Amino acid sequence: MGLPPWKGAALDDLLADFLTETNESLAELDSALVKLEQVPDDAATLGLIFRLVHTIKGTCGFLGLPRLEHVAHAGENVLGKLRDKALTVTPEIITHVLAAIDRIKEIVASLGASGAEPAGDDTALIAALDAVAAGQVPATAAKPDLVEDTRQAEAPALAQTPASVESPPPAAVAVADPVGGQPAAPPTPPAVAPVRQQAAAAEPAPAGQAAAGAQTIRVTVDVLEDLMTLVSELVLTRNQLLQLARTQENSAFTVPLQRLSHITTDLQEGVMKTRMQPIGNAWNKLPRLVRDLCHDMGKKIELVMLGADTELDRQILELIKDPLTHMIRNSADHGLETPAERKAAGKPETGRIVLNAFHEGGHIILEMSDDGRGLNTERIKAKVLANNLVTEAELATMSDEQIHRFIFKAGFSTAAVVSAVSGRGVGMDVVKTNIEKIGGTVDLKSTAGKGTMFTVKIPLTLAIVSALIVEASNERFAIPQISVVELVRAQLDSDGKEANAGESVIERINDTRVLRLRNRLLPLVSLTELLDLGSKQATDGGVDVVVAQVGAHMMGIIVDRVFDTEEIVVKPVAPILRHVTMFSGNTILGDGSVIMILDPNGIARRTGVGAGSESRLEHASRIDARSSSERTAMLLFSAGGGQRMAVPLGLVARLEDVPREKIEVSCGSPVIQYRGKLMPLIGISGETGQEKATQPLLVFADGERSMGLMVEEIIDVVEDHLHIELSGVRSGLLGTAVIGGQATDVLDTGYWLTQAWQDWFRGAPRHAGGARQRHVLMVDDSDFFRQLMVPTLNAAGIAVTSVGSASEALRMRDSGMMFDAIVSDIEMPEVDGFQLARTLRAGGPWAELPIIALTSHNDPQHEAAGREAGFTDYVAKFEREALIASLNMCQPEPMAAAA
Amino acid sequence: MTTAVLERADTASDDEQVLVTLTVADQLCGVPVLAVRDILGDQPITRIPLAPPEIAGSLNLRGRIVTAIDLRRRLGLPPAQAGQKRMSVVADQGGELYALLVDQVSEVMSLKASTFERNPPTLEKHWATFSTGIYRLEGRLLVVLDVAKLLALSGGA
Repeated sequence: MGLPPWKGAALDDLLADFLTETNESLAELDSALVKLEQVPDDAATLGLIFRLVHTIKGTCGFLGLPRLEHVAHAGENVLGKLRDKALTVTPEIITHVLAAIDRIKEIVASLGASGAEPAGDDTALIAALDAVAAGQVPATAAKPDLVEDTRQAEAPALAQTPASVESPPPAAVAVADPVGGQPAAPPTPPAVAPVRQQAAAAEPAPAGQAAAGAQTIRVTVDVLEDLMTLVSELVLTRNQLLQLARTQENSAFTVPLQRLSHITTDLQEGVMKTRMQPIGNAWNKLPRLVRDLCHDMGKKIELVMLGADTELDRQILELIKDPLTHMIRNSADHGLETPAERKAAGKPETGRIVLNAFHEGGHIILEMSDDGRGLNTERIKAKVLANNLVTEAELATMSDEQIHRFIFKAGFSTAAVVSAVSGRGVGMDVVKTNIEKIGGTVDLKSTAGKGTMFTVKIPLTLAIVSALIVEASNERFAIPQISVVELVRAQLDSDGKEANAGESVIERINDTRVLRLRNRLLPLVSLTELLDLGSKQATDGGVDVVVAQVGAHMMGIIVDRVFDTEEIVVKPVAPILRHVTMFSGNTILGDGSVIMILDPNGIARRTGVGAGSESRLEHASRIDARSSSERTAMLLFSAGGGQRMAVPLGLVARLEDVPREKIEVSCGSPVIQYRGKLMPLIGISGETGQEKATQPLLVFADGERSMGLMVEEIIDVVEDHLHIELSGVRSGLLGTAVIGGQATDVLDTGYWLTQAWQDWFRGAPRHAGGARQRHVLMVDDSDFFRQLMVPTLNAAGIAVTSVGSASEALRMRDSGMMFDAIVSDIEMPEVDGFQLARTLRAGGPWAELPIIALTSHNDPQHEAAGREAGFTDYVAKFEREALIASLNMCQPEPMAAAA
Repeated sequence: MTTAVLERADTASDDEQVLVTLTVADQLCGVPVLAVRDILGDQPITRIPLAPPEIAGSLNLRGRIVTAIDLRRRLGLPPAQAGQKRMSVVADQGGELYALLVDQVSEVMSLKASTFERNPPTLEKHWATFSTGIYRLEGRLLVVLDVAKLLALSGGA
């Protein structure tokens, strides 16, 4: 076996190819295995699964990845037996194979992150798989049991292995070697070849070569993005030409121009098509998710997916994946009842979640429905009142539909709302925000006892949108067509009270203008006033109102004139203008002029705050940054003998209430089987009250890991300022803060995480450092760690503002905010830490600020690169002590230096 | 601290510096020729509502959208007379194009380092912020503008 070619060097092409391919195979495997569980005799599915696992094994043998190879090999043995009908498919066997797949995923994930196989011990897993292959199916899927059950079986099983499958690793290496020099060549075909031979011996080649067929090539996404940009430019130029040609009748250019126009349209469609992917790609993780949820919660759920081949832009596909997963999880978790409850309600035991995707008028409609219990209107009402969102009187006038929409409100999610036992990881408000970010909308319909249906409407693509061109005070603007519902011609309520028949009249309540539209009052905003365009145009009393829908709300935008709709190419606005949230971009029209694209969401937000009167400075500060003095949603609970404690809600992944008998003991510590894995449990007070039948848990998760914190009682969720007033009293607590009017201990999440997993962060020593009040900007893409670091630094007397991306940070710079130092993560999507440092150093008000890098790669080479990019200091991630020390070292340069 | 010194050394202390000269409110100014991407004549400019006052609007440069910055406002000078034709100097900042609106762009000059001087300490604050130094020409003074600083627009400036 050759030396791994990338040892010591960065991730090379070969490994990168392998990772891409393996990740694809793994996604396919999940769904295929679940399918197999349902249809156990499906030879085609089994053949496909076997091939996929074998390919992974063969390739890692060739690449010299022993851990991966051994796990894959053991999995393959089991699959081989299944295929040869030596074993029959049972849920237990599938659970074991899934466990192997999960392990492979873990290894592949860290392989992708670090370029090397992580250290770890797979013997238990392999032994279990071998035992299964040998025909001894352990009764339960619990891992500790497995280890015991199969210890004695291990040796014979291992000895048997080489005989049962004819030593594939050497074969794979031998075949694959000649390809060694060509990283571009996918190692798949040669690796598959030996399988075929072996397979042929057992039975004729598996029928139904599932996904084979059309020839494909792999092209990097960058190439496609570049193509798309070029085509966008071409479309613009074409539009310009057409505009010119319209002014000249009978020009010799007319005919060729028509042709050019057609070809451009075809080309545009063709390029768009290359970016299109079936929505099924975003769904392939869902069957597995639902299966696991079923197992965990003892529910029976059938997931029906319709229209999986509906295509949409890959950029959008990526962006809806998470919200989608979240909504499905919600449905399975809260929407559907347990089989017993369903029976009692006269429904079939098996709940159904139906996903349906289809095209409708240039948009994709995604419907997600379940036949569960529906939303609990009364509970939402109670929560609405508790949060002071509306008054009781207002609530009384609202329809159920309006009340249900409150679940999309920020800070509204979690525990107390939907069920007392388990909260949602992220709130529905995040789902809504993410969908709105891509210009989509989300709505829901819920009937008590019948179920809930969410409808998501998203544009086909982000690059080219259809927009309505309007004019106000002689300036033209574009409004994305997706949010335009209708156009209404209305009469200003000037002196002449007599409106023409059929024309609506704009009425006033004090100074607020409203329009009666089909028996509803529509709030109105004037574009001229909103955008401060100055001189009001004298109109003949008639104006056009663009009725726009933002989420569930309707709003009328008063404009002077409406032109037609145009296909526009959305271009981002210059960074120095990003703080004007009213615009989502700008574009060039057919006549060559530049116009701004209005963002109806931004307008709604703005008018909600109070239109037209804010100064520019106030705008600037409206960048959505989470400053530490802002309100934070806190989860209140009691622990350790009725002590009142709190933890930022954002840090809590889920809330659970588990039956006490499900808690097991491993190596002297309590653990629980949680979503197919063992999760360590930690008790805050050391011992747990045994009197209750269930144990409330706060589940913290980061990537693949999770831990449960056992508490006495979950009290409530409140929004309050997090001001830690006494710090470092006791290990495990950040300090004490006044939350909801009472002294409350704030939990130091980091401390408890390290209690569960020694290496969650590298040994983080703790106690608060210096006391000088400094303001630091924290840039990190991980929500979890931002939330973790803000209280930590606060406790050390440092004020923190945190943002999730480098571009947000730059926007803050451009809006004139100032900090004493910047702490930035290195690995971030889009703009990474290096690039951020370089950009900041290149000029601007922050050019002289100390910039501290937070990194998980703590090697000198990396550090040198960081210093070269302009970082002042380099701190290993989550060494809080070191970070605080470093911040104290970096005294800000005297400001005179910049002048 | 060190970066700032280096930058200044870079732009100013070579033997010769090549500058594009321009006038704004009768003051002769120069920007390093390497910082300039394009020179444009009078262009239709779309106003951007709610933008900082220094931002004159955006314009279309061969299919790219360029943000125009009014140099007079940036330097705290009185606004140009209505209807006055203005030219722009296009510069690149972090991959984005910006156009500096000036009254007139004239010639490209190569100037000796010996005629360069640092800003007099009494120079008005606005100018001192954006100027890297002064060249003594025959009969007039030329202010060297720091394009990066001019484009680093923020609410507080």
